[in-house]
Amino acid sequence: MELILAIVIAVLTGTGIYLLLRARTFPVVMGLTLFTYAVNLFLFAMGRIRYNAPPVTNMADIHTDPLPQALVLTAIVIGFAMTAFVVVLSLRARADLGNDHVDGIDKPRPEKELTEQTEEANA
Amino acid sequence: MTLLAIVFLPILAAWVPLVSERLGRNTCTALTLISPLVVVGLVLSYLPTVLQGQVSSVHFNWIPSLGLNLAFRVDALSLMFALLISGIGVLVLWYARFYLSKKDSLSKLYSMLLMFMTAMLGIVLSDNILLLVVFWELTSLTSFLLIGYWSGDTEARKGARMALAVTGGGGLALMAGMVLIGQVVGSFNLGEVLASHQLITEHALYPIILVLVLLGVFTKSAQFPFHFWLPHAMAAPTPVSAYLHSATMVKAGIFLLARLFPALGGTDLWIILVTLTGLTTMTFGAAMAMFKHDLKGLLAYSTVSHLGLITMLFGISTELAVLAGVFHIMNHAAFKASLFMVAGAVDHGTGTRNLQVLRGMHKYMPLTALLSVLAAASMAGVPFFNGFLSKEMMLTASIGIDAFGPFAVVVPVIATLAAVFSAFYSVRFAHNTFFGGEPKKTPVFPPHAPSKLMLMPVMLMVGICVAVGLFAQPLVGNYVNLAATAVLGYAQAPYAIHIWHGFNAPLFMSVVALLVGVSVYQSRARLFAWYNKRTPFNELHLFEGMTQWVVLQAKNMTNGLENGSLQRYIAFIVFLFIAMMAVALSPLTDLAGEVALTEPDFIATVASVLLVCAAITTAFVHHHRFTALIIVSVVGLMVVMLFARFSAPDLALTQLSVEAVTVVLLMLALYFLPKARVNESSAPRVIRDIIIASVAAVAVGILVFAILTRPMETISGYYLDNAKPLGGGYNVVNVILVDFRGFDTFGEIIVLAIAGLGIANMLKNQYLPLPLTDNEGRAWANDPHPVLVSMMARILLPLALMLSVYVFLRGHNAPGGGFVAGLITSVALILQYVASGVGFVHERMSFNYARWLAAGILVAAVTGLGSWLVGFPFLTSTYQYITLPVIGTFEVSSALPFDVGVYLTVVATTLLILAYVGKLTTTERVDG
Repeated sequence: MELILAIVIAVLTGTGIYLLLRARTFPVVMGLTLFTYAVNLFLFAMGRIRYNAPPVTNMADIHTDPLPQALVLTAIVIGFAMTAFVVVLSLRARADLGNDHVDGIDKPRPEKELTEQTEEANA
Repeated sequence: MTLLAIVFLPILAAWVPLVSERLGRNTCTALTLISPLVVVGLVLSYLPTVLQGQVSSVHFNWIPSLGLNLAFRVDALSLMFALLISGIGVLVLWYARFYLSKKDSLSKLYSMLLMFMTAMLGIVLSDNILLLVVFWELTSLTSFLLIGYWSGDTEARKGARMALAVTGGGGLALMAGMVLIGQVVGSFNLGEVLASHQLITEHALYPIILVLVLLGVFTKSAQFPFHFWLPHAMAAPTPVSAYLHSATMVKAGIFLLARLFPALGGTDLWIILVTLTGLTTMTFGAAMAMFKHDLKGLLAYSTVSHLGLITMLFGISTELAVLAGVFHIMNHAAFKASLFMVAGAVDHGTGTRNLQVLRGMHKYMPLTALLSVLAAASMAGVPFFNGFLSKEMMLTASIGIDAFGPFAVVVPVIATLAAVFSAFYSVRFAHNTFFGGEPKKTPVFPPHAPSKLMLMPVMLMVGICVAVGLFAQPLVGNYVNLAATAVLGYAQAPYAIHIWHGFNAPLFMSVVALLVGVSVYQSRARLFAWYNKRTPFNELHLFEGMTQWVVLQAKNMTNGLENGSLQRYIAFIVFLFIAMMAVALSPLTDLAGEVALTEPDFIATVASVLLVCAAITTAFVHHHRFTALIIVSVVGLMVVMLFARFSAPDLALTQLSVEAVTVVLLMLALYFLPKARVNESSAPRVIRDIIIASVAAVAVGILVFAILTRPMETISGYYLDNAKPLGGGYNVVNVILVDFRGFDTFGEIIVLAIAGLGIANMLKNQYLPLPLTDNEGRAWANDPHPVLVSMMARILLPLALMLSVYVFLRGHNAPGGGFVAGLITSVALILQYVASGVGFVHERMSFNYARWLAAGILVAAVTGLGSWLVGFPFLTSTYQYITLPVIGTFEVSSALPFDVGVYLTVVATTLLILAYVGKLTTTERVDG
């Protein structure tokens, strides 16, 4: 299970970073969301994997580490607030600058290049 | 305590001139003079103990962990300096009263001078070498302010900047040197450092230490090749030049040379470096002074030259040389400060300092002429003046320095040459200004003589020059010997200062210097003609040019790296992260550790596989924004599954509700964002990003696996054991949040609130264009609020609210709590917005979310403060069991109201965010 969890966190990190590197705000927000999952799972995993051992003392005899859970719980809520902040920032940028490029300057690739690419894809 | 008073009295009185200026200049001066006069008195009170050869000191801890203590001491050397600083300070303050014109602020100058005085006294009285560096830097700063006193003048600003750059830079080198000394000696205490001569000089770091300390010394004392700032510092008002740039601050370097002499001095390296620098500076400065037509410029280079002289003497390191050095410090301070004041008086009376214009001023200002002839004679080294005595001692000391071997003979020859130059410019200063023909027309004509009051300090100091010149031994002989002992670190053979030593080499050299100097002055026209032919050279331009070049390079480098592209910055950050991970992971020999792997669980495995597929798909289809959003929510749900399976019910609940809110928010965002272009990034860029992302992913994967397969140690045992007995709850996660780490949670809800308020402000009065179609170009549905959905949502609302109350109440003992309950409430309310529209909700429920948010934080804070009333730290909780009929026994904990605060904050923030974004979609704007 450790291996699977490691792969899960790795994939979330990789896809998150890839999307963070995109040029438009929406993919960046999605990347941030994925990256937040990765970070939360990473922090949570520091308490190790335990089945059927919730840190509720009257529900089970063995208990997993409650501390990372307390950390992650607030991290999830704050993560939402931060995502919301970035979303609103991108909306504001859209309103003030008229585009959704992360640098605020709409710099599309030359039409010619795009048409060539489309033609290649069609071919 | 007296020592503390000496150092800090001036700065503590720095407000006095500022307050008293309105009472008139005389009152202001009188009141300002009080603190320096008291300091003079306090310093003198130490004279008897110092004359007995005792050292008094005082120690207070400041930052003991750094070895930085507030420690001061006074011995013969520091007493001499303290007396110079406070005594000349008094005279300069007096003089400035008459020097500054009505339109300049006297109080500004006074308070800065007082601050400077504290810094300077701190240097000479410090008993801790780090503390010394602190005061050292303070003198650089205050000198910067004082040079730039006329801040409207470009020259003054440039001069101030240059002085700060040079002396400040030297100060950094000095600090490095002091830290090294502290590490070698094991203490920053001056006494211990001075006693560690052998330890330091035999240490491998000694050359580095010496060079660093000397850099500080040479920059401060304007030694070649760092001399250039001093002439440009002359843009300061003349009282400042007299005080800082002749009598005190530039002597700080020399003071340090003397102070650290027992620790660092006497080695061959020291003798060669310090002597040669001093010799070069002395000769160069004197030569430059000859050609200056500006009175203050002449004095500035002459100061450079005399500082070189003193430096050379401390470099030579013999008993006689050190004695001469100490003696010349006093003599130079006396005659140079008087000459500066004379220059200021002439400037004041004639409106110019140009030696090409000034002639025959003795007619208009006879007393000034007399005083300046006397002071200049002292500077030139004419017999029966104090300058003669120390200069002859210098010439004696320059003969036969062992460290130079066969080249030793060069030193006295060059020293004599410097003395020739010195005679030349001294004669020029006095003769050219006050005699030398009929007066020319000056800017202020006819010139007016300075008042006697203004000249009083000059008279006093010239009087000292003459008195010391005639009766050196009875007046100061004993004291100079004591100060030399303090420099040398041992009691040397007593030396008697006499005017007449018989016919010997130094006397011959002195006479030659004077005669040659005067005769060259006679034929000065040819000399100036030769000088004018050479290409002019201005250090200020060179320095400014270099500074601008450095700034330009820095700017180019910054612009090269920072092109304003967020993508590039994120790539840099990820690169750095990968590099740091590579370094951190490189010692890892085995991927897997010794802990056995957990059995794969079926549900968790399925969830993981789905999650991985969904995440990768998201990255692939991110151009199809709606699809990508749906798939991201699959990722989120799978994360919920993992939390649930891995024994984290609280996390699963929280993530689930957050998921719902996030998706609604992203949908709203999607509504406004423009349509995505397909494949906007170029192929190389995509490949580059995939490589970066993959490498980072692999690094993280290795890290996680390596950690999970190694044993861990946790501090959670305490929480598990004490959650019930101390916190009164079975759910340890909740008890941690509201009790053990309640203060953290309090901080976190504040962060949440700030994010919410920030969002509200960003969207206030924003009007985004409402798109007519969705991203795929389809028109919106005719019925925005289908009846079925809105009816279902209305039925769900009370159920959901009841659920959230249940989850909230049981939170202390079972999965749940303020965060989860808050999110559930939010989801239920948001459903109303989605199903029935903003207008519908606001008609029925007019909450001001910002106020509720404040209320939430207030409730949490008041709960926390409540524990103060009963004498416990912030947010200490208590609990009680209450038995009510029908309901039975249940527990009331003081953590409950705190959780209410959390609940309110979460609900208010979430709704504030979504309502603000949501109302952008409507035509009816509902602010509030």
